[in-house]
Amino acid sequence: MIELHQVHRDFLVGDQTVHALNDINLTITAGEYLSIMGPSGSGKSTLLNLIGLLDRPSSGQYLLDGEDVTTLGDVQQAHTRNRRIGFVFQAFHLVPRLTAAENVELPLILAATPPQERRERVAAALEALNLSDRARHKPEQLSGGQRQRIAIARATITEPAVLLADEPTGNLDHQSGGDVIETLERLNRRAITLIVVTHDAELGARASRRILMRDGRIESDKRTDRA
Amino acid sequence: MFTRDFLRLTGSALIAHRLRSFLTTLGIAVGIAAVILLTSIGEGIHQFVLAEFTQFGTTIVGINPGKTSTHGASTGVFGTVRPLTLEDAQALQRLPFARAVVPLVQGNAEVEAGNRRRRTTVYGVGAQMPQAFSMQVKSGRFLPADDPSAPRAFAVLGSKLRHELFASENPLGQRLGIGGSRYRIIGVMEEKGTVLGFDLDDTVYIPAARALELFNRDSLFEIDLMYAADVRSETVVKGIRNLLLARHGREDFTITTQEQMLDVLGSILNILTFAVGAIGGISLLVGAIGIGTIMTIAVNERTAEIGVLRALGARRAQVLGLFLGEAMVLAALGGVVGLVAGIGIAQLLHLLLPALPVHTPWLFVILAETVALLIGLAAGVLPARRAAGLDPVEALRGE
Ligand SMILES: Nc1ncnc2c1ncn2[C@@H]1O[C@H](COP(=O)(O)OP(=O)(O)OP(=O)(O)O)[C@@H](O)[C@H]1O
Ligand SMILES: [Mg+2]
Repeated sequence: MIELHQVHRDFLVGDQTVHALNDINLTITAGEYLSIMGPSGSGKSTLLNLIGLLDRPSSGQYLLDGEDVTTLGDVQQAHTRNRRIGFVFQAFHLVPRLTAAENVELPLILAATPPQERRERVAAALEALNLSDRARHKPEQLSGGQRQRIAIARATITEPAVLLADEPTGNLDHQSGGDVIETLERLNRRAITLIVVTHDAELGARASRRILMRDGRIESDKRTDRA
Repeated sequence: MFTRDFLRLTGSALIAHRLRSFLTTLGIAVGIAAVILLTSIGEGIHQFVLAEFTQFGTTIVGINPGKTSTHGASTGVFGTVRPLTLEDAQALQRLPFARAVVPLVQGNAEVEAGNRRRRTTVYGVGAQMPQAFSMQVKSGRFLPADDPSAPRAFAVLGSKLRHELFASENPLGQRLGIGGSRYRIIGVMEEKGTVLGFDLDDTVYIPAARALELFNRDSLFEIDLMYAADVRSETVVKGIRNLLLARHGREDFTITTQEQMLDVLGSILNILTFAVGAIGGISLLVGAIGIGTIMTIAVNERTAEIGVLRALGARRAQVLGLFLGEAMVLAALGGVVGLVAGIGIAQLLHLLLPALPVHTPWLFVILAETVALLIGLAAGVLPARRAAGLDPVEALRGE
């Protein structure tokens, strides 16, 4: 469960303060499927980075499963990102010199998981995405859709409770974008909390909870109960 | 993170830029090779010079007239110094630890035999010289133990002088004129070669008392005393000082042990080795700058990767370690290549120029590799700290 109370995030640009997030109050329960939409510069990425512990609020409180994580030190923050949060980026951000399998393995390497267990988990993750035959390929040898699905496998290899995706289909054509969204939604059906930032209205509408942002504020927050 | 994974990650980063890694490594390799080559030559010369000196034995003490103060000025200059005499040498002979005592007077003079003449070095010495300096008589015998104050006019030739004056003739029993006096040749020394440029074979040895007369001196140049190997040099110095103090009434002489001489010589040669090593070190500095530059470029190129690593749960310290690791692997590889090249070139030089002694002590090898690692650390620390300090959000945005 994610709880944000009166969260602000200000940036100082020159002698001007930009309120990227302005008094955000938001509670996201485990297993929700949430889309965040809004015009460019409305603060979507800033909100996502904050939830993902890549950034800290200027003021306000962030509780993750009831624990205040705004004041964690670097080591605990890193640990939390590693075990409890997955990230998917618009630009994929695979490490170009590592193979698909090695990229997926990275979070486990950082966590010092034993090699044997690592191999098994990576193989299973690639299998589940039908990418086993691409395991030894470098990112440059993969299509955009394949790269993004490798990135999803990497984000979820430590079985985090929350998956954050910032415009995950932004660099993809319609077809592979659909594949990627389906992959994400499949994970959500297996209880992962999925938060997707998108500009694509059709895509945003698929989420059971839809947030619209403007000027650093939440303008609307709509839910449809799942059938 | 496991060490194996750490090495795999750093390795993959270096292999991804093979050429650049190779060139950076080369920079360090050249530096280490230069240091190893120069210090190997320095150390080779060091050992060579020490061996030259110790061939005369190490249990020798030299006594010279005049007191050399620590400032290097001799009080002898001001004239109140008693000469070192043959009687002093005789008195030293009676010390319990004295194995051999050699009075020494040295000068140049013209010698003649038959119709041949030659300017040569004349040594006035005592009968125990061969024993004290581990020198061998080749034919005949050395100067006999005559009464030191009135020795017979005998002479012993160095091997070169013998050839110059007598060619294939037998010199034994022949007459030799030195400065107007006549001597009888009773022996020829074994060849000794040159030591530090002094030809020890172009010489003639005569009794010290006659040499004093010849050169019109009242003081010996030096008295050398060889002592028993089981006696400590401090004991020897004390014994000699007490005896000469009693005879001269004041300390107007200087005692130098071979140990002290070797110490001084050794430290001079060490400074030499260190100095040439430091010159080689300048090229290491250039190599270090190369590593620093490449690592700075690498951090700039890989900001997105750094952001991803952080997002995937890498601590700042892990990012720091990864980049430091790359710098150190580059330096360590360069170090190994440089060591092999440096030692190889040193040995090759020795093969081509056998007169040039080379020696590479293990300590230098370990030291050089350690220095290479430290250079990697020093050169990598700034870029790596920059990488670790990056804000992950900024790093991910920078495309
Ligand atoms: N590091 C920063 N320094 C200054 N201003 C910043 C910084 N990061 C974000 N901002 C500002 O905060 C506001 C929100 O930015 P954010 O990236 O969250 O927008 P966004 O909704 O993700 O936009 P887009 O849809 O274009 O990705 C913008 O006005 C932006 O200029
Ligand atoms: Mg954005």
